[in-house]
Amino acid sequence: MDLNYTPEEESFRADVRAFLAAELPAEIRDKVNLGRRLRKDDLVRWQKILHARGWGAGMWPKRFGGAGWSVVQQHIFEEEAAAAGAPPQLPFSLRMVAPVLMAFGNGAQQSHFLPRIISGEDWWCQGYSEPGSGSDLASLRTSAVRRADHYLVNGQKTWNTLGQHADWIFCLVRTSSEARPQQGISFLLIDMKAPGVSVRPIITVEGEHEINDIFFDNVKVPVENLVGEENKGWTYAKFLLGHERTNNAGIGNCKRSLKRLKKIAGAQMMNGRPLIEDSRFRERVAEVELELMALEITNLRVLSAEAGGSRAPGPEASILKIKGSEIIQQLAELQMHALGHDALPYIREALDLDWSAPPPLAEHYPEYAPPLSGQYFNQRKTTIYAGSTEVQKNIIAKLILGL
Amino acid sequence: MDFRYSEEQLALQDTLQRFVSRDYDFERRRALARSPLGFSAEAWERYAELGLLALPFPEEYGGLGGSGVDIMAVMEQVGQGLLLEPYLSTVVLCGGLIRDAASEPVKQSILPRIGAGKLQMALAAYEAAGRYDLAHVACTAVEADGGWTLSGRKAVVLDAPSADYFLVSARSAGQVTDVQGVSLFLVPHDAPGVTTFPYPTQSGGRAADLELAQVALHPEAVIGMPGRALGIIERAVDTAIAALCAEALGIVTALNQATLNYLKTRKQFGVAIGAFQALQHRMAEMVIAAEQTRSMAIIAAVHVDVDDVAKRRRAISGAKSYIGQAARFVGQQAVQLHGAMGMVDDLSVSHYFKRLTMIDMSLGDADFHLGRFSDAPGMEA
Repeated sequence: MDLNYTPEEESFRADVRAFLAAELPAEIRDKVNLGRRLRKDDLVRWQKILHARGWGAGMWPKRFGGAGWSVVQQHIFEEEAAAAGAPPQLPFSLRMVAPVLMAFGNGAQQSHFLPRIISGEDWWCQGYSEPGSGSDLASLRTSAVRRADHYLVNGQKTWNTLGQHADWIFCLVRTSSEARPQQGISFLLIDMKAPGVSVRPIITVEGEHEINDIFFDNVKVPVENLVGEENKGWTYAKFLLGHERTNNAGIGNCKRSLKRLKKIAGAQMMNGRPLIEDSRFRERVAEVELELMALEITNLRVLSAEAGGSRAPGPEASILKIKGSEIIQQLAELQMHALGHDALPYIREALDLDWSAPPPLAEHYPEYAPPLSGQYFNQRKTTIYAGSTEVQKNIIAKLILGL
Repeated sequence: MDFRYSEEQLALQDTLQRFVSRDYDFERRRALARSPLGFSAEAWERYAELGLLALPFPEEYGGLGGSGVDIMAVMEQVGQGLLLEPYLSTVVLCGGLIRDAASEPVKQSILPRIGAGKLQMALAAYEAAGRYDLAHVACTAVEADGGWTLSGRKAVVLDAPSADYFLVSARSAGQVTDVQGVSLFLVPHDAPGVTTFPYPTQSGGRAADLELAQVALHPEAVIGMPGRALGIIERAVDTAIAALCAEALGIVTALNQATLNYLKTRKQFGVAIGAFQALQHRMAEMVIAAEQTRSMAIIAAVHVDVDDVAKRRRAISGAKSYIGQAARFVGQQAVQLHGAMGMVDDLSVSHYFKRLTMIDMSLGDADFHLGRFSDAPGMEA
């Protein structure tokens, strides 16, 4: 047992750090560090910079154009990237549809789509949930009817993240209603520009446009866009969710958030002293930090066990998802709480980088304040999406415990 | 990075597991806890044969040069087996102190005897008014006539009744809570002026209060530098805290296994109670707590041997605090999910629960260590 990094890993860390210092655009970094709105261009630009360095997809195997990083290298990269203020890489493209294509897609799909994902050329979004199918995903009803060389797709997907920017959507669709619900689902790749696809924004609790309804009205999808076999999509979907949940631990992101929390609590004053010196607040911070310390090791233990056995993320990913989502929520909550009544102002334009507080607001409304309440509200999603905490506990009970 | 035990560590755990299932089952353990000695002298001999009692000592003293992770591997099994022998006191706490701070002749004299199972020791470092503060030392040590005289009282000295020697902290200079001025002494159990007031502990062990009335000691009885002992005591206690974290891990693992078995076998309303979602989710939370406990126990174990004191203390206090809370959750819920069966003395669940609880209450509870963690450098951004 050894928690030390090898000299090679330390030198990798130094490379990552130097790269981030040289290549991460200041404007993007400032947006991330100050919690300002990121635009599609920002994310695509960063993906292209990473790709130019050969780091467009760290964890992908080299034969698909990835960097072939180990679990520990990936951990180091995420930690350093988050600390430097790098934006997230698009999970729907890199961590969700890509692993499915690698595992179940055919050669043509792999050679067409994977290079376009890693270069940032294509933006993918996810079509899983439906108005009547949330936790009970297998009850989904969006239909795909085979017609000669294409499928005719009709239905509605919802809670779709950032589909307003997307070139492609990967969808679970119903291709059969004969057997168990799970056995009639297929995994289909749909061009967002295809006639009959429409996107309707859903404004969420914090007032932003992050998610959408997607409608399919007699959309023709070529049969070559079917991944794997017809009616086997549920297997691929579960495989994908395992990858998604593993990523949900988000250790690097949590570490950045913790650091930011300490900074805010060091700057906010209470009774003439920095808030962090108040033992009640400090111990609340400490308790979250301890959860995170433990999760960092749990995360590495689970992922390295998987890498060792070279298997897809199993039900243990549910543990990471539950804990990681709780921690990021607690951190967001404490950041907002640190503001006191400065949590109240809702100034939409304050989330743009060029905004500055007018006097007299500027006297008490620091530049880190504007996004914090919205982030708290928005982060409530983390224990709901990708299988709610309750669904994860069902998975643990069934697949780990055999209950 | 590597998160696995070595082959040797796994083999050691395997041996201990077999020993427990053959010679130390629950009924035997209950009988031992009620016996006058409070533990098994035969088991102690067995540990000596297995090398466990010499594990953390250097080879020149007959030891195996074991690390914090080696101790973790042993203590995890101590937890699973609810072993009663004074391993923590004799080997980890006092053996560690002798190894780190004693003079060469004292090391030569004591460490091989501990390793051979011939000598037991107990650390007398806490006092009635000091709660968990190791610097709170009112017990006095006065140097005179080429020797030392100790006077005062020590509270809840674990494993004191069977100890051949005590290691006693006493103040040779300064005020009661000063960091400087604490000295450590090797005191024979039968030294004139030493009185013990023994009692059993909630988790089946033994402890005693100590009264020291003008106890006269030779000059060589001082362990380490007079007046400078606090640092070495804290290090030994940190090592013991990491060991307790591993013991708690073993218990949490055992409790989860027992609870899961119960959920699968106990029937109510015509079905196994594990079919109920409320109980499934509770069990899932217990599994998560166990995984997080394992991670924290690893963090504690690898920090035992870290030289940077602030780093070591922060990690180990963090682990003790976290595990104190996580173990409280698992212990309470294991009892809850066993229903009334969790309450009875006849089943191991209640005994595991008590031991977990007393681990939290020993060497600083979750609140104490949360305070120590959050007051340490590192809370600033």
